[in-house]
Amino acid sequence: MNDYDRFVLDGRPVHFERGQSILEAALASGAYIPNLCHHPEFKPHGSCKLCTVKVNGRFGSACTIKAMPGQEVASDTPELNGIRRVLLQMLFVEGNHFCPGCERSGNCNLQALAYDLEMLTPHYQHFFPARELDASHPDVMLDFNRCIMCELCVRASRDFDGKNVFALAGRGTASHVVVNCPSGKLGDTDFALSDKAASVCPVGAILHKRVGFAVPIGERRYDLAPISAQVPTQQAEEA
Amino acid sequence: MTTTETGLGSFLELTLKQHGSDPGRLVQILLDVQAHYSHVAPQVIEILAEGLGLTVGAVESTLDFYSFLTREPTGAYRILCSDNITDRMLGNQAIFDHMARRLGVSRGKVSADGLVSLDFTSCTGMCDQGPAILVNGIAVTKMTLHRADQICDLVRSRVPLAHWPSDLFRVEHNIRRADMLLAADFNPGSALRAAVEMGRDAYLAEVKRSNLRGRGGAGFTTGVKWEAARNARGDARYIVCNADEGEPGTFKDRVLLQFYAERVFEGMALAAFVVGAKLGLVYLRGEYLYMRAQLEEKLAELRAARLLGGTILGVQGFDFDIEIHMGAGAYICGEETALIESLEGKAGRPRIRPPFPVSVGYRGQPTVVNNVETLCKVTEIALHGGAWYEGFGTKQSTGTKVLSVAGDVERPGIYEYPFGVRIAQVLEDAGAKNPRAVQVSGAAGQCLTSREFGRRIAFEDVPTAGSIMVFGGHRDMFEVARNFAQFFQHESCGFCTPCRVGTTIQARIMAKIAAGHGTQYEMNELQHLCQVMRTASHCGLGLTAGTAITDMIDRFREDFEKRLARRDFEPAFDLDAALARAREITGRDDADSRLLSDA
Ligand SMILES: Cc1cc2nc3c(=O)[nH]c(=O)nc-3n(C[C@H](O)[C@H](O)[C@H](O)COP(=O)(O)O)c2cc1C
Ligand code: SF4
Ligand code: SF4
Ligand code: FES
Repeated sequence: MNDYDRFVLDGRPVHFERGQSILEAALASGAYIPNLCHHPEFKPHGSCKLCTVKVNGRFGSACTIKAMPGQEVASDTPELNGIRRVLLQMLFVEGNHFCPGCERSGNCNLQALAYDLEMLTPHYQHFFPARELDASHPDVMLDFNRCIMCELCVRASRDFDGKNVFALAGRGTASHVVVNCPSGKLGDTDFALSDKAASVCPVGAILHKRVGFAVPIGERRYDLAPISAQVPTQQAEEA
Repeated sequence: MTTTETGLGSFLELTLKQHGSDPGRLVQILLDVQAHYSHVAPQVIEILAEGLGLTVGAVESTLDFYSFLTREPTGAYRILCSDNITDRMLGNQAIFDHMARRLGVSRGKVSADGLVSLDFTSCTGMCDQGPAILVNGIAVTKMTLHRADQICDLVRSRVPLAHWPSDLFRVEHNIRRADMLLAADFNPGSALRAAVEMGRDAYLAEVKRSNLRGRGGAGFTTGVKWEAARNARGDARYIVCNADEGEPGTFKDRVLLQFYAERVFEGMALAAFVVGAKLGLVYLRGEYLYMRAQLEEKLAELRAARLLGGTILGVQGFDFDIEIHMGAGAYICGEETALIESLEGKAGRPRIRPPFPVSVGYRGQPTVVNNVETLCKVTEIALHGGAWYEGFGTKQSTGTKVLSVAGDVERPGIYEYPFGVRIAQVLEDAGAKNPRAVQVSGAAGQCLTSREFGRRIAFEDVPTAGSIMVFGGHRDMFEVARNFAQFFQHESCGFCTPCRVGTTIQARIMAKIAAGHGTQYEMNELQHLCQVMRTASHCGLGLTAGTAITDMIDRFREDFEKRLARRDFEPAFDLDAALARAREITGRDDADSRLLSDA
């Protein structure tokens, strides 16, 4: 490792390849930076802001800032984790997240991050928005109550599946994911269970039918180890 | 007219044709449809998607983003009342209520006969002549109860807007202090001629020498921006004039466009000359629709004078023309990358930067985005040179600045000063009445108290995009803060978590305090929220959405504290209020149906 291909993350040197973001390089080296809207196969999006870090004293998103030699990056600090906790609380109160009744509980990145960052309460007043449920598709069901607007499904369907099944519409807190067809129902699209978009949702908004609770709660991914301790496996699976 | 009538197909066909079936013109197409049918119906969405080769979701994504576009029909007369704090101070609520009563329509609703709908909208840029409204997108200023009656009568008798008395639509310039820009005569073509004579490198050197900094807020050096766009790799280059002017309290670009349009357009041509652009785009905020026809006329004149079009001033290869794009009610579209998204027909969500527009902008090509006023200033540099220009203002802020002054002053309007002018001077010239606070640079700016009026308008002291709102001794700064909180909640684009959710939480906390349920706890919460938004937001909107509010808490704490409940904490949830709906359903209102308040 030379000085020109590494930066410093929380005091430890991290090697990077040209063109990698700070987040990509960190994950590849096995170091965890919290993230929700990032996916190794898609272009950076930079909307959830969980990956907020301090680069040479300035705040920014690790998923959109290119790694550069000599950067001093702070991530696992009380200040940044405090901000992340607030962001998580915001996401929890903005949607309707009733974890005990959610099929994704234990496999959900939002929930896992909340545990990992010790978010003990939602803190803010719940918005309790009225959101759509769509069970029209034979194999997949949508519950937008849990959507965190990360647009991973939008990107996967557009950039990977080449189908463009989802889009983000609206403004401000009225932002919402829409299904791209005249009826607005997933069953009326060519969406398939095998689509990448059917398996990228980091929360329980896009669920596969008929496989509910196949793995019992208590034995699920983040029941076994916290999200921050699973960087290598996560990288291997997603890539 | 309803969309089920025959003719839908032909109107849309014609509209699509007029816009070359270009999906990049989706916002313009939707505006035409909205103007014609008072809404964009589901079957229209399908036809447009098909005709433009877009998905239904893509059309919906754009449609749902802009305030002026609706899926549900609005009234044949759509009345929107500007709701900036300065409109509120001038009594816009009374006018709104009066019209609502007379027209028999409530907020956000359409009258039963479909004739009229009434709502509020964000600042329409008429703060020096408010309260202002928009009728079918056209500005009406200086509203009084008398004018409201007049308008109600016209609406009731279904008089077409074109036949309304023209004095209703008069917009004044209110120029109170003119300096080197506003006072100078301008001969169209003179600046271009001077630049062509110098040659593009020499002119660019003059612009750099002048140290001119952008007037849109960020203060980026114009010469450096132009040079970067010129040197960037691309197949085409574009000049964009940012005429979105959405910052509450700002209206100087409106005056420059309405009364100094040749300057603005010539500034665009100068930029094109330097960077080698063939096309310029003016992004005109929807609220300024009233001046569109006049601007198109001006463009036609310039084409006739061969100052736009092919081989301008006989220079081989200097071909440049200008198009006007309308905004559709979204403050965020003033942010340059959101603006470009909007120009491309999409929702105005800011892009990730870098890359900056100078390298990857409109249609992926190098693009210069400049504020209206910046483009006026470059004509001065062409005429008089960079060294001359540098002689005005301060070291880091050269030249003059056009300010929009409104609020509690005797002479609201436009004031041009060399940079470095003290705020106290502006207040004196405008006839400020016992000023208690000044909000500089709009809702996103900072709030100053009388102790700070000795400070100067300059990038190195108090920077401003141009707005100065003055609040007199009797004003309640909590109400100002609440107005701003509502504004940001309404205008957040929703892309990133801290701003999308944070601006709503902020507005809710302000509402809670206003209702008398706030405590010290809420005050701390506001400050903490501001910190998180300032740290983690994706763009300038979220980064500054809490600034003015925390400024006001710091400086006018008493205005907040007099509203606080004398407790450490009050729950956000009001149990008795929550029972109101149950009482309504059961038709009960006896003592047992109420929870006793413990006060
Ligand atoms: C939320 C937001 C709103 C903005 N609104 C405007 C605007 O209405 N007009 C403007 O010229 N610049 C606006 N800007 C600044 C632009 O992004 C950009 O910096 C400016 O147009 C560049 O022009 P200049 O270099 O001539 O100042 C805004 C920025 C943000 C973050
Ligand atoms: S449905 Fe899931 S993947 Fe799609 S935006 Fe919502 S949270 Fe993200
Ligand atoms: S800060 Fe606000 S306006 Fe800017 S991208 Fe984020 S949500 Fe949109
Ligand atoms: S992971 Fe970087 S903003 Fe979401």
